[in-house]
Amino acid sequence: MIVASQKPMDEVLGYLGGAQRVLVLGCGTCVAVCNAGGEREVATLAALLRLGGRQATEETLERQCDAEFFDPVRDQAAGCDAILSLACGVGVQMCARLFPDKPVYPALNTQFMGINEGAGAWSEACLGCGDCKLGLFGGVCPVTQCSKSLCNGPCGGSTEGMCEVDTKTIECGWQRIYDRLQRIGRLDLLETNVAPRDWSKTHDGRPRKITRPDLAG
Amino acid sequence: MSDIPYRANSNLERVLVAGHFGVTAELGPPKSAEVEVIHKKAEHLRGKVDAVNLTDNQTAIVRISSIAAGKVLVDLGLEPVIQMTCRDRNRLAQQADLLGAYVLGIRNVTCLTGDHQVFGNHPTARHVFDLDSIQLIECVRRMRDDGVFLCGDPIQNSKKSPVVAPKLYIGAAENPFGDPFEFRAIRLAKKVNAGADYIQTQCIYDLERFERWMSQVCARGLHKRVKILAGLTPLRSFKMASYMATGVAGIQVPRELLGRMEAAKDGAEEGIRICVEQIQRLRQIEGVAGIHLMAIEWEQKVPEILERAGLLPRPVVPPAA
Ligand code: SF4
Ligand code: SF4
Repeated sequence: MIVASQKPMDEVLGYLGGAQRVLVLGCGTCVAVCNAGGEREVATLAALLRLGGRQATEETLERQCDAEFFDPVRDQAAGCDAILSLACGVGVQMCARLFPDKPVYPALNTQFMGINEGAGAWSEACLGCGDCKLGLFGGVCPVTQCSKSLCNGPCGGSTEGMCEVDTKTIECGWQRIYDRLQRIGRLDLLETNVAPRDWSKTHDGRPRKITRPDLAG
Repeated sequence: MSDIPYRANSNLERVLVAGHFGVTAELGPPKSAEVEVIHKKAEHLRGKVDAVNLTDNQTAIVRISSIAAGKVLVDLGLEPVIQMTCRDRNRLAQQADLLGAYVLGIRNVTCLTGDHQVFGNHPTARHVFDLDSIQLIECVRRMRDDGVFLCGDPIQNSKKSPVVAPKLYIGAAENPFGDPFEFRAIRLAKKVNAGADYIQTQCIYDLERFERWMSQVCARGLHKRVKILAGLTPLRSFKMASYMATGVAGIQVPRELLGRMEAAKDGAEEGIRICVEQIQRLRQIEGVAGIHLMAIEWEQKVPEILERAGLLPRPVVPPAA
């Protein structure tokens, strides 16, 4: 899922400036699960804005990345000075697209696509590189799990399973790839030289789009 | 004149191909435009080593570029090895710099991954890692041997122009002490398959572990396909030894050495003595083709170390016609 965290209140207030009537808009999917932008967080943020003397309306949509879920809030959106979205960056952009005459501000920092590691902990797992190579690396992603996104094995800084960037807190992704391939008896996969990546499949190419004629109505 | 078909015809290549025990040394370019620092360090090394490595923004700290520093050495009459990392440039910049380095008279390049930028003075920088070190090695080799860029286009100015490719002697680094230990020889094999002509290792203190790594390397026959230069960094004091032992990822200093450095009255002298002993031992290990001395900000001691190790004067191997 997409993992996000809340922005400092000062930054949020800075965006809102003189806006009096604020629509505080949560999202009920990823950011609700990671306790950053769901119904509860909307209530807390709205209460803080009221304490500061603003009028705050609370709403939480099922998803902010889909236009169809916005219908119930069109009136509130029309009647406010600004929308404060607690969705990920995708939701904030959809919101801004649907209400082109309203200022729309983000209340979260969108962090990454990641795994829930247990209560209150998440870790990055995928960068959406457009050319998934997990099949070569035992299901461990070198793009995100290695600090240098290396594809041909660990750099010289890998020490006792930890990454040179921080040997206390960051595991070396390449140690994990090695261990995993050893367990499934596929160390042979590591003997082949992996060719340079085709970065045109990532954002380096252009803002990416997918069209599926089979689904287009 | 010899008629050996050299790949790059650099002094380093000729010395190693002739079977001499090779010696390279590292020179860290200054963190300012004070070119005199390069001049001074170069004078300590003149005539004492086969080639001089110029580091490329080592530990992610901005310095005079390795290629510019390499050109300074060419002008002084010393042979440079430029280091090139994958951290700061993409494949376009790397290939452009390889052409440029060759034009400036540089004939050796050591291809590295590069330390992560968090270690340096611009930790908020974006890193590149478009290619990794193995892909960079292959790129340099294809440029040299096949006359093509990474994209496959011939290295020529126009369709009617001749192919003029940079002929570089290609090196790589390897850390015999990195983990996973069992993967290190495999990784070396990948570098050799990609086209590495020589290897300069991370600095070695734990000779036993190095010997274990070398036996894996020899078991795969890699020592016959690549010249391995064992990296050494002389210890200057007990303080430095302790720092190396605990503060640097991927380096291990055995207890016995730490004990010797702690007990020594003159730490610098003991460090040099240890380094000379290590050279003697390395010369006995199958597959070791030379040493790479990284005397950090201590270049002036290189001649003494080499003298005491019996590695001076350096052999002279005439260039190919
Ligand atoms: S290889 Fe690419 S798509 Fe696959 S998990 Fe990694 S970043 Fe995501
Ligand atoms: S130590 Fe491991 S995870 Fe860190 S950069 Fe090197 S290979 Fe990647």
